Amino acid sequence: MSAAAAAPILEVSGLHASVEGREILRGIDLVVRLGEVHAIMGPNGSGKSTLAQVLAGHPAYTVTAGSIRYGGRDLLEMDPEERAQEGVFLAFQYPVAIRGITNAYFLRSALNAVRKHRGLPELDPLEFMDLLAEKLKSIDSDDSLMNRPVNDGFSGGEKKRNEILQMAVLEPKLAVLDETDSGLDIDALRTVAGAVVKLRRPDNATIVVTHYQRILNYITPDHVHVLSGGRIVLSGGKELALELEARGYDWVRGEAAA
Amino acid sequence: MTSIEAQVLQPYKYGFVTDIESEVVPAGLNEDIIRLISAKKREPAFMTEWRLKAYRHWLTMTEPAWANVKHPPIDYQSIVYYAAPKQAKALDSLEQVDPKLVETFEKLGIPLAEQKRLAGVAVDAVFDSVSVATTFKETLAQHGIVFCSFSEAVREHPDLVERYLGSVVPYTDNYFAALNSAVLSDGSFAYIPKGVRCPLELSTYFRINAAASGQFERTLIVAEEGSYVSYLEGCSAPIRDANQLHAAVVELIALDDAQIKYSTVQNWYPGDEEGRGGIYNFVTKRGKCAGRNSKISWTQVETGSAITWKYPGCILQGDNSIGEFYSVAVTNHRQQADTGTKMIHIGKNTRSTIVSKGISAGRGQNTYRGLVRIMKGASGARNYSQCDSMLIGDQCGAHTFPYIDVRNSTAIMEHEASTSKIGEDQIFYCRQRGLSAEDATSMIVNGFCKEVFRELPMEFAVEAQRLLGISLEGSVG
Repeated sequence: MSAAAAAPILEVSGLHASVEGREILRGIDLVVRLGEVHAIMGPNGSGKSTLAQVLAGHPAYTVTAGSIRYGGRDLLEMDPEERAQEGVFLAFQYPVAIRGITNAYFLRSALNAVRKHRGLPELDPLEFMDLLAEKLKSIDSDDSLMNRPVNDGFSGGEKKRNEILQMAVLEPKLAVLDETDSGLDIDALRTVAGAVVKLRRPDNATIVVTHYQRILNYITPDHVHVLSGGRIVLSGGKELALELEARGYDWVRGEAAA
Repeated sequence: MTSIEAQVLQPYKYGFVTDIESEVVPAGLNEDIIRLISAKKREPAFMTEWRLKAYRHWLTMTEPAWANVKHPPIDYQSIVYYAAPKQAKALDSLEQVDPKLVETFEKLGIPLAEQKRLAGVAVDAVFDSVSVATTFKETLAQHGIVFCSFSEAVREHPDLVERYLGSVVPYTDNYFAALNSAVLSDGSFAYIPKGVRCPLELSTYFRINAAASGQFERTLIVAEEGSYVSYLEGCSAPIRDANQLHAAVVELIALDDAQIKYSTVQNWYPGDEEGRGGIYNFVTKRGKCAGRNSKISWTQVETGSAITWKYPGCILQGDNSIGEFYSVAVTNHRQQADTGTKMIHIGKNTRSTIVSKGISAGRGQNTYRGLVRIMKGASGARNYSQCDSMLIGDQCGAHTFPYIDVRNSTAIMEHEASTSKIGEDQIFYCRQRGLSAEDATSMIVNGFCKEVFRELPMEFAVEAQRLLGISLEGSVG
């Protein structure tokens, strides 16, 4: 489908945000349409993760100016849980451990909260297991993580796999992957990225926040944006990622200044 | 974090007062009051004498000051030591119990009426200083099990009471145990004969109703050779501005190959947000594994009381005997808890396990205090201790005082401790998956307490999780 025909799921305009009084985002403009994959790249400290956290509604970040519309609604008016229930999913860079609670129980509780919000019946444990089996199969994964406590004692690779597994079950409209590739070896990267590709549909959209180009070898972006100093300084197609890899972020800083 | 703090404990739901005429003795304590209490209970002479000896000893003692809690001095002469709902005559059956009392216990979720009783649980309901009803007595009697109020046991089974009362917690043990021995009001008595596995959960529900009164119940459980019993204890009190004293003593005796599992869900009125009112819960609980291969297991969930001072312990006298202590203690607002356990290893190859979970919120202060002592003759003794603290907010405190005293070099001791804080990041992670902040907090606290909750009998596990404002963790698979 052509980009112009699809409805925008996300419209960010003039977004400024700060944490602990420090301004990190200094005027972000971004439009994401259904069916698209956007890559947001940039050097350390450019504001990539801040953008991801602001989209998800982390209370430590304050939006000081600008707006975010999500499916035509004001996203900033919504609590983090309402955003999640409405289909915003953040794959965390550092997933948090919850001792004593199994992954399966956590995920079923989350899914039922989302289903309840959408007016769907809640799933009992058996129905959930059936759905889970189907979702795991769809991303070529297994249930080896399901009966372990949430992220407790997980390796880096297991944590990232678990995030994508949650994404598969919760079926977001807008998924934001915050450095999902960091800390993964080549095999794990291929598995995780492969799962993301399988979850791509015309009625959802994905924002891949990354430092490196390599994950984009698996997940082909429609648009690549380069963030620097809290602003998008350059946007282009998938070839921009390759150019960045070849020339480094200093080149972007030069381009932006010119 | 204030929203998270507020979610940890729901408002106190059991604060109602039952409007019932009470028979009370004058406030204050002296030998005449003790004789009066003993006479009201129609006790045999040995009991009256024992009370008086305890009282005379108590007069020589001073209130302990070592606990990590603060409170204004207690005026022992202003306390009413006996309060009982008035009733025309002695009860022959449950049907004669004052409907107001039946209704009170029903409101507390403890149905006494025949048709509504909890399946599989026999209940002794204690209201202020007296037991008002005991269910399933006949069913239990068929197995030779005695389950009745303590007062009844003193009258009907004086030999057993005289033999075991004070054998684990003598009246000289500590200040509050001495006070309890002098003025003990009521409580439960259970005797499980040799080789009998008690077919029902035995349970006592303690309710303080009268103002300015204290509750001094005494529980005695004796498990003969090869027997098994699981006992549950619950409690609550009305909301009142003045502090009320609850000084109970529980004694357990397990003979050869016997097992006693003792579970408590303590929900006394904790006082208000500013720390006004609430129960002072100064309790001595101790079990003696007197026989070989015997086992005593304490599980407690402490959510109430203004101040908790309590160390359920085990004396592991029999060879190969086992002591366990599983505890969740929650302090919110201005609650203070100084709780833990004592494991005294005397016999060979004795083992003990301690799992303590302290949760502090608001301005709550939570102290774990535990003693593990391995005596000279306790070759091959083992202890495993785990003390975890969780902090919610930045005005509360968690303290740990583990005392370890090993006098036998073959002992193996393990101690683990951790302190964690419910972080914004944990809550945010859950919210990002669609869970409300309340559900997220419940889930995190529930996960933290899981090792203790799974030790509770089903009836109580549900109650405990509900008390913590926690939805049931029905883990899949």
